[in-house]
Amino acid sequence: MSAPPSSHLAGGIAGAGAARAAKRRDERIRRRKSQVGNRPGWVTYAILGVVLALSAYPLYYSFLLGSSDPVTIAQNPIPSLIPEGNFIDNAVRVISSDIKFWQAVLNSVIAATIMAVSVVFFSTLAGFAFAKLRFRGRAPLLVFVVATMAVPTQLSVVPLFILMAELGWTGRLEAIIVPGLVTAFGVFWMTQYLEQALPYELIEAARVDGCSMIRTFWHVVLPAARPAATMLGLFTFIGSWTAFFWPFIILGSTNPTLPVAIQLLQASYFKDYSLILAGVTLAALPLVVVFMFAGRQLVAGVMQGAVKG
Amino acid sequence: MATVTEPAPSTTPTPPPGKSLPLTRRQRMSALDVKLSPYLYISPFFILFAVLGLFPLVYTLWVSLHDWNLIGGKGEFVGMANYAQVVQQEFFWRGMRNTFSIFLISGVTQTLAALALAAVLNQNIRAKTFWRMGVLLPFVIAPVAVGVIFNKMFADQNGFFNELLGYVGLGPVAWHAGVLESHVAIATMVNFRWTGYVTLIFLAAMQAIPTELYEAALLDGASRIRQFISITVPMLRPTIIFVVITATIGGLQIFDEPRVFDQTGLGGSDRQWMTVTMYIYELGWGPTKSFGRAAAVSWILFLIIILVGAINFWLTRRIASGDSKKVAAPAAPAPTQAAAPGAGAVASAEPTRKAAAANNDAKETTS
Repeated sequence: MSAPPSSHLAGGIAGAGAARAAKRRDERIRRRKSQVGNRPGWVTYAILGVVLALSAYPLYYSFLLGSSDPVTIAQNPIPSLIPEGNFIDNAVRVISSDIKFWQAVLNSVIAATIMAVSVVFFSTLAGFAFAKLRFRGRAPLLVFVVATMAVPTQLSVVPLFILMAELGWTGRLEAIIVPGLVTAFGVFWMTQYLEQALPYELIEAARVDGCSMIRTFWHVVLPAARPAATMLGLFTFIGSWTAFFWPFIILGSTNPTLPVAIQLLQASYFKDYSLILAGVTLAALPLVVVFMFAGRQLVAGVMQGAVKG
Repeated sequence: MATVTEPAPSTTPTPPPGKSLPLTRRQRMSALDVKLSPYLYISPFFILFAVLGLFPLVYTLWVSLHDWNLIGGKGEFVGMANYAQVVQQEFFWRGMRNTFSIFLISGVTQTLAALALAAVLNQNIRAKTFWRMGVLLPFVIAPVAVGVIFNKMFADQNGFFNELLGYVGLGPVAWHAGVLESHVAIATMVNFRWTGYVTLIFLAAMQAIPTELYEAALLDGASRIRQFISITVPMLRPTIIFVVITATIGGLQIFDEPRVFDQTGLGGSDRQWMTVTMYIYELGWGPTKSFGRAAAVSWILFLIIILVGAINFWLTRRIASGDSKKVAAPAAPAPTQAAAPGAGAVASAEPTRKAAAANNDAKETTS
């Protein structure tokens, strides 16, 4: 504890007594310890402001062009920051175009909702077994689950397509829902969470009270799993809502989800970007609203997953 | 209640609770319940994976050895002919080149940008959650939507970016016509959606770094930059490598963004941005409708991804054993890059509660 740590921080205490300097230094170390540190200067906020603008601008750009018309767009490669007034008109044209907009919305809502609920349910069930129940083969089976996450399943589209054709599911929503009813990631995520969040005492108490396993699950495990289950549900919903490759192949234009409909819109009206980007904005809006309300949980979800490992 | 929530499509009887049964029978049932329930609970995943994960993967191999048509169905057994045929195609190699090029451009820039941004966010800033949400916002926008938007912004004529470049006196860039240019454009789309996500993973890992290290550096008079290079980056190494592995699995399968980089979806007039997955689609569902060849390319790409993954894993092990930190099991390679929470892998885990007393920030990450 001799020299003042870093010069620009120490500048302000020049001329003060040694005791005061030491106190400041200790203070700073204490703060650093609690990961607080000094309040950063304006440069930090300027960087963050730029990053925020980069994050938000493309979507706003989409809205700006979606509120415009082809002539204005052609004349102004960089749109005015104030939107033109044609968004409603363009949106109506999207809805009445032949991309089956409402059907796509409905399909996306149904698929994402069912998958989110199902993934949460089955993953919590399996997570409960892996985290808290004893059975033969538990450890290797869990390793297997984790290992399957590294399998690039997108590459099995050919046989999946053949399989779905056999089942008569081509162009049907089942074809995209069923493969996503439970995921390896979900199982792993819930196992991790329940291991530390669900005390054995609770399970034992329920068992002593005469609850069967499934009742224990329903009344004890599910409520305890809620924070992690909410995040898992959110991420599953987003994953389903934004998925394109498989829905594009198996559903096609006959029964599209929103991402498939966007691609159709682009392919059919490529000369009119006001129409296309009005459609893109409409399709993105629901998740942006979800983000407004649940962004905090999403941030926590990403960071938790990163830390727990 | 129990019957309503009966989870698995299984014939195994779980005892209906609440019914009064003779005690001995009940006890027997209870023992059975304890014994069978775990298997019942994990079975949905394993059944689904077996039918829609493992079986198709093996079946891909089978299809690739046949003359197999989208409409005509299975034809003759042709051995390795499909493989031999596709590796002679110029488009196959072009697809490989494009895929790796896009992946490398996006991977390197994304990792560096995310590291820098995480360091910025790892300060004692005001409105932490607000800024963190800000970087994560693009994640909720579908890759297809991102692709369509950026396709317009990167327009070769009258495009947003070319206009911006024009202001600073740089000539218009042929974002679509050029090879490297189109790769940069597509890598930008990927980075737009994923940089914030990766940033938060790095940020979480940074917060798990023991503060004693910084304390010592502070006493030694190390600057912030020096601390970042000599402490933060080495301590993040396992997480960085993990992120790279996850990105590899997703990145080498890239399809959505390049598919909508123009309205035809073929990957450009000269296939300058056609990726391998786009090539698989074109083989199977394009004019040739050859499932056999599509399956062959799928298997080749599958093996490449496994190989790259194995190299990465080996690398991770080596580096991890060099460090005191262990790399835990991976977390989240979901759909594209990692469309689910979590991914990183720092064994030492959560920011310490105690240290977080005065710090509501940690509450967000641990609650």
